[in-house]
Amino acid sequence: MTATPTPTHAPAGSRAALPAQARPSSVRPAAARPASSTAAATAQDSPRRGPRGPLASRAFLVPMGVALVLLVPLAVAFPGSGSWPAALAADLSDPLGRAGDWIIDHRDSHPLFLYFFGHVSNAVVVCVRAVYVLLLAAGWTGVTALAALVAWRLAGVRLALTCAAAFAACGLLGMWVPTMQTLALMVVAVAASVAIGAVLGLAAGLSRRADRLLRPVLDTMQILPAFAYLLPMVLVFGIGVPAAVLATVVYAAPPMARLTALGLREADAGVMEATASLGATGRQRLLTARLPLARRQLLLGVNQAIMTGLSMAVIASVIGAGGLGDRVYQALASVDVGAALTAGIPIVLLAVVLDRTADAAGRRLGAHTVPAGEQPLLRRVFAGGYGRLLTLLAAVAAAVAGRMTGTTVWPDSWTVSLADPVNSAVAWMTDHLYSGVPVVGGTADWAARFTGWILDPLRSGLQAAPWWLLLLLAGALALRVGTWRTALTAVLALAAVGVLGVWEASLDTLSQVLAAVAVTLVLGFAIAVGAARSARAERLLRPVLDACQTLPQFVYLIPVVALFGVGRAPAAAAAIVYALPAVVRITVQGLREVDPAAVESARSLGATRSQLLRQVQLPLARPALLLAVNQAVVLVLAVVIIGGLVGGGALGYDVVLGLAQGDLATGLVAGAAIVCLGLFLDRVTQPAKEA
Amino acid sequence: MRDTHPLRPLRRRKGVAVLAAATGLAVLTGCGAADMTRQSSPYAAAQGAKTVTLSVQSWVGAQANTAVAAYLLEHELGYRVDTVQVDEVPAWDALSQGRVDAILEDWGHPEQEKRYVEGKKTVTRGGDLGVTGHIGWFVPTYFAEAHPDVTDWKNLDTYADQLRTPESRGRGQLMDGSPSYVTNDKALVKNLGLNYEVVFAGSEAAQITQIKQFAKEHKPFLTYWYEPQWLFDRVPMTEVKLPEYTEGCADDPEKVACAYPHTPLQKYLNTRFARSGGEAADFLKKFRWTKAQQNEVSLMIAEEKLSPQQAAKKWVERNASVWKPWLA
Repeated sequence: MTATPTPTHAPAGSRAALPAQARPSSVRPAAARPASSTAAATAQDSPRRGPRGPLASRAFLVPMGVALVLLVPLAVAFPGSGSWPAALAADLSDPLGRAGDWIIDHRDSHPLFLYFFGHVSNAVVVCVRAVYVLLLAAGWTGVTALAALVAWRLAGVRLALTCAAAFAACGLLGMWVPTMQTLALMVVAVAASVAIGAVLGLAAGLSRRADRLLRPVLDTMQILPAFAYLLPMVLVFGIGVPAAVLATVVYAAPPMARLTALGLREADAGVMEATASLGATGRQRLLTARLPLARRQLLLGVNQAIMTGLSMAVIASVIGAGGLGDRVYQALASVDVGAALTAGIPIVLLAVVLDRTADAAGRRLGAHTVPAGEQPLLRRVFAGGYGRLLTLLAAVAAAVAGRMTGTTVWPDSWTVSLADPVNSAVAWMTDHLYSGVPVVGGTADWAARFTGWILDPLRSGLQAAPWWLLLLLAGALALRVGTWRTALTAVLALAAVGVLGVWEASLDTLSQVLAAVAVTLVLGFAIAVGAARSARAERLLRPVLDACQTLPQFVYLIPVVALFGVGRAPAAAAAIVYALPAVVRITVQGLREVDPAAVESARSLGATRSQLLRQVQLPLARPALLLAVNQAVVLVLAVVIIGGLVGGGALGYDVVLGLAQGDLATGLVAGAAIVCLGLFLDRVTQPAKEA
Repeated sequence: MRDTHPLRPLRRRKGVAVLAAATGLAVLTGCGAADMTRQSSPYAAAQGAKTVTLSVQSWVGAQANTAVAAYLLEHELGYRVDTVQVDEVPAWDALSQGRVDAILEDWGHPEQEKRYVEGKKTVTRGGDLGVTGHIGWFVPTYFAEAHPDVTDWKNLDTYADQLRTPESRGRGQLMDGSPSYVTNDKALVKNLGLNYEVVFAGSEAAQITQIKQFAKEHKPFLTYWYEPQWLFDRVPMTEVKLPEYTEGCADDPEKVACAYPHTPLQKYLNTRFARSGGEAADFLKKFRWTKAQQNEVSLMIAEEKLSPQQAAKKWVERNASVWKPWLA
């Protein structure tokens, strides 16, 4: 891992990762860059979060035990109180339905649309079109050359080669045009996210009150499943690019806003004081001191905006965004995993290339500049303002050269097909693993056992438990890890689910989330303990984890159904695949960060490896492990919608149904319930969270 | 007085830039009212050709229609065709806004027809597709042959035990598919008093994958399914008889207790496109083929894993006599 360069920046960088990481969307990028942010986060955690002494928890357990003993008979004495009382529920379907109708009826005539949304929509179309036409005009030679040159300037030869190879791979897979469509959409969406996020972040960073007001808004923007707000977007803007871009902005702006605010607030007090004593005005201080000091956070924010934006590329295809996402989605219709993967790989490649480039750019900001004389010749030529111009000229030259040879679009004859081998691999898998495997049983048997032994009891238990008991339990759990405020939030969030009228479905979803989280943690910790011992294992693991996180989930929908059948088991499997990498990464870092002195002294006392692990490393890595638990919860919840597509039912299905049937009420209510569940789970799993 | 402020020129320059950008945007988008009913995709006609945008739904039959129409539009009439994949109800909305020019296979959406065709008149009927659609409950033929009486709904309860899965809460499983499809199954199970649980696969892809998996193992299953569908050629299925469909029997979604109707599938065009779409609009109005022809293309897409374009090309090359009249 890389140490953060200056002590001033270390805490900033570390805490930057924390709030962002507690949200589903931004985790993917944060974990895709395992080196800096996550490590710093866990390293920073240990001193800040004082370990809770055994006394404290015992003092808490006793009254809780007493309460349980008193309450459980009560619960049994009043059977049938399992579901949420209808009197306490609000039915939102009528007003929401009317709102939807109003939009459709007034969309073509009301001034709000004619003079505001219409222009927004047109502006988006114009911008995306401009970028797209430019990319097409540059041709594959121009685009590849520009990408490689920029990567080279920022990060060196290796990344430049990776970059060129990645773009070439997009062409080779026959995905050049869709890749350019996605790229055009991403450029506009990310630019808008960064601009809006920076403005929001500026407000939150400079004013405490704005920060308090914005925090829940940003939280909601990120936890609310994208599927739930795609429909309002579609109603207002119609299907297609404008709605897709704006949905992406909603999703990708919050990390930028959070990191901007953080960077501003973390500005070195000494520097600030110095500028103040020099008589600088507030605005001068902001422009000359605060913003430059926050550069690293800003850059990290841009990076996160890119990554979250890319993860929306596929989801936005559901409303006709076109590009790679659309290819993945269309392949799904003909049950063609190979074709879906062919379109999914360019998304992974784009994500990896953009992430590594931005990462390198961020690292360069803090690094010492090598004196010009010692740099290699080529580097000197391309350095500075002239270098920038030269880069552009070189790219233009490549584009012109490409045009002259008549190959603006990637030549069809230069493509390879991945679809057939992938499809036969999937077919083999399902033929041989589904059932009848000796000793361990087929995957179908596992799925049946997982459903019957874990999911069913959990769901019936939750649904049969009286609602007030669950609320009490939620409060108690939250109180155990946080303050009375945390407890209040947790209880209110859970109660809101009942008020929204989706109590049963939410508990069904909750049971799936809990079961998937348990499996994720068991697997994740086991893998991490192995990987923490061997650097080589970790290196081998890294690309796999990268792919698991950035590959669009639509791609593995069919394989999980083929292996586990339709139902809640494949939904859990999809969630586990998605959440596992973050857990592994955070845990590995946590174990690595354990104070070497403590390990050494334990070893010198003759501790065996397992003793070392159980009694020294795991307890010391506790903050990291807790963060991993939190991440697992949040990430699994983020895939609930995908679970709805493979038979997971419950809230995920409702959200999908809402979009498919144009039913604003069902979709939004289920989406809001997912937000509430996320809030509740976050509060009961995130100990001593900063307010 | 000399301005010593180092930031001022910078700020002024920024202000100018913002102003210029805002003006540019206003000029580009036009200063007056924006027309929300006339918006096209930024990817359309990037290379300067006339473009038609077709909506394509998630099932393969709809892909087949679109692929063949797109192929002929591109190769015989010289259009560029964009396809947009979108669910049925949002597709209607897109059609009314001119985001797409045509839906080629609609399974009947009375609410949308009333709102857009009769009310706002932004959508125009494009006539029959020539294919008749039918939704029903199906069991695999191997199961129906072994137990002939399973094909009547009255006997379904006898087989509930054999159709149980981990997801069906101890009852028999009736598998439903994508949430975007028309279904009364929950009400049907309840009103017919069947010992079954409706399990939603959540997407057609998941449903097909599961059906194939069952068929591979020769297991019995009961599923919501529809014709025309290419999967029948791979997994032969037999329909279960439900109480007969009569006009209006499905009007009350709470009380419905009858089979699904046979629906002649319809085409719909955006009104403005229908009037001034030239050859393309005429062609799409005349486009009409049979269930067998559609399945031929679907099967190439779904089973031979040809791309829709390749499948359409093959079919077009073999069936000139069918499509020549559409262009006349």
